[in-house]
Amino acid sequence: MSTVPDSQLSTPAPSKFRLAFQEFLDGSGGTVLYFVVIVLCLMGGWEGAKWLGQETDYRLELGSVKISLNITRDLNMPHLKDIAEALSKPSQRQGPPLIEILVEKASYTLRLAIIGFTIGTIIGLALAILFAHSRLLERGLMPYVVASQTVPILALAPMVIIWSENLFGSREIGMPMITAYLAFFPVTIYTLRGLSDVPPTALELMKSYAATRREILWKLRFPNAVPYIFTALKITAPASVVGTIIAELPTGIQDGLGGAIINFAQYYVSGPSRLWATNFVTAMAGILFFVTVAVTEWLVVRWKRPSNRLDRWIDTFLKNLGRVVPLLRD
Amino acid sequence: MTAVQDTKVIISIKNLNKEYVSSDGKVVRALQNINLDIHEGEFVSLIGPSGCGKSTLLRLIADLIPPTNGQLTINGHSAHEARENREYGFVFQSATLYDWRTVLKNVQLPLEVMRYSRKERDKRAHEMLKLVELSDFADHYPWQLSGGMQQRVSIARALAFEPNLLLMDEPFGALDEMTRERLNNELLEIWGKIPSMTVIFVTHNISEAVYLSSRVVVMSPRPGRISQVVNIDLPRPRGPETLDSDQYFHLISQVRHLLREVHD
Ligand SMILES: Nc1ncnc2c1ncn2[C@@H]1O[C@H](COP(=O)(O)OP(=O)(O)O)[C@@H](O)[C@H]1O
Ligand SMILES: [Mg+2]
Repeated sequence: MSTVPDSQLSTPAPSKFRLAFQEFLDGSGGTVLYFVVIVLCLMGGWEGAKWLGQETDYRLELGSVKISLNITRDLNMPHLKDIAEALSKPSQRQGPPLIEILVEKASYTLRLAIIGFTIGTIIGLALAILFAHSRLLERGLMPYVVASQTVPILALAPMVIIWSENLFGSREIGMPMITAYLAFFPVTIYTLRGLSDVPPTALELMKSYAATRREILWKLRFPNAVPYIFTALKITAPASVVGTIIAELPTGIQDGLGGAIINFAQYYVSGPSRLWATNFVTAMAGILFFVTVAVTEWLVVRWKRPSNRLDRWIDTFLKNLGRVVPLLRD
Repeated sequence: MTAVQDTKVIISIKNLNKEYVSSDGKVVRALQNINLDIHEGEFVSLIGPSGCGKSTLLRLIADLIPPTNGQLTINGHSAHEARENREYGFVFQSATLYDWRTVLKNVQLPLEVMRYSRKERDKRAHEMLKLVELSDFADHYPWQLSGGMQQRVSIARALAFEPNLLLMDEPFGALDEMTRERLNNELLEIWGKIPSMTVIFVTHNISEAVYLSSRVVVMSPRPGRISQVVNIDLPRPRGPETLDSDQYFHLISQVRHLLREVHD
């Protein structure tokens, strides 16, 4: 037992509740709480803007150009309640609720996105390893790799779909190709960076063991590139969802989110909430893919001090999860 | 002044020169006319002001860079062959551990490259970790270790395949004095256990060089040359009583005077 100095007797000790709350805030609970607060703020902002916009009709006149700031009409920005309602109601008579249909379509799109993402990742890695091994190939081919990304995917998609139909008799096969086309590029760039961004002494160490180029690749360059690769994958994962949706459009296939977006865009005036609801589900699909990659990164890249917020978030979240359900690590 | 030894010559350097040509075509004379013989079982320190070519000389011996001209043989053959035969272990100033490998896996790295069996790898790596007193940290990742511990892992890694020649480039240069002293003693102990082991140790710390070495090679800069070789006949094994001996102080001041001349 230590004696308490007089000066501290005057201030009451923080209550147990406060301490527990502080611990909650510092852990993943805090991250969840901040997340919820931000979502609530965004929702409040949306509804607040609508409320303000309904009262007054702001107009801006710049010479002859008249701009109406009255964009908060229900047609432009449906009430959140209406969007939620659209999700829970059937979009067709006697059909299941819209959310059920959208989740089904999202899983179709996600499935294709994952296939395209995987093909793109493999191509991206292969190109990077090839380029890392041969300066000549890199110099010769890199311009084309870069040029490939300047072709608008929107223009490319219809052609690839037609080729796919002529070659394989299926439009579906072309879709992951388009996604892969979009996804390989960041993987190539980041992997190449990771393969060459090796400390000189780490290389000299290998040289001192008379290691072969192949051993240097697999024991040094590639592991060094892994965090870089995950950076690329975190970019390409959500992009793959967007890429797949774009690829769906020229196929006319109605099974995915692309079909739903086109469909609800056509009937926007009669029911804007449904397109907003579709956008919401699409965003969720992209986020789900991203989070999957981020968690995989956390599981694979175990050797790093948890450095960024997301890492720490997953770290504390999974640790807390592990307290409840004994699983994963330790 | 050269040491007269009856053991066999491990490293023989004759009229060795090294010039660096930078990308803008400028020529830096890093080493000029180096002559040095190193015998089996010796502990030789290279000391001199920064930029005098200590690292360059060590890298030439390790065949990490090619000489401009001159002769350099290790165990009777070229430095290149010595590297191909994995005849030396190299310890850098920064521990240069691979972040993605645990301590144990880092020590096993050379053994993997040299195709040791899994069983042998495990056995040796554990032995080496015991030698540097890090057995409890086998499963840690490098970032979880202090600088001194990291450097001990890198020494364990260099010794894992039992090379007879240990090349160390300011291995303790980045450590605090207490840690350095401990690691010096650990190093001497390891070296003492293997009579045939030769160590070439780069440092710019005079007392460290005197405490550890059988010979101290004093180098001078611009261009890098060997200006003196000092025999250190302090009795072995060395320990706390060495640090208090008059002879130790005398040798330190001798080396310090040589370095002062060199600095002008
Ligand atoms: N790769 C290099 N290219 C050009 N000059 C170099 C290179 N490495 C070292 N030098 C030069 O060679 C000289 C000796 O360097 P170094 O061997 O690193 O000295 P020390 O290890 O004694 O400090 C220095 O003048 C340094 O600038
Ligand atoms: Mg140096």
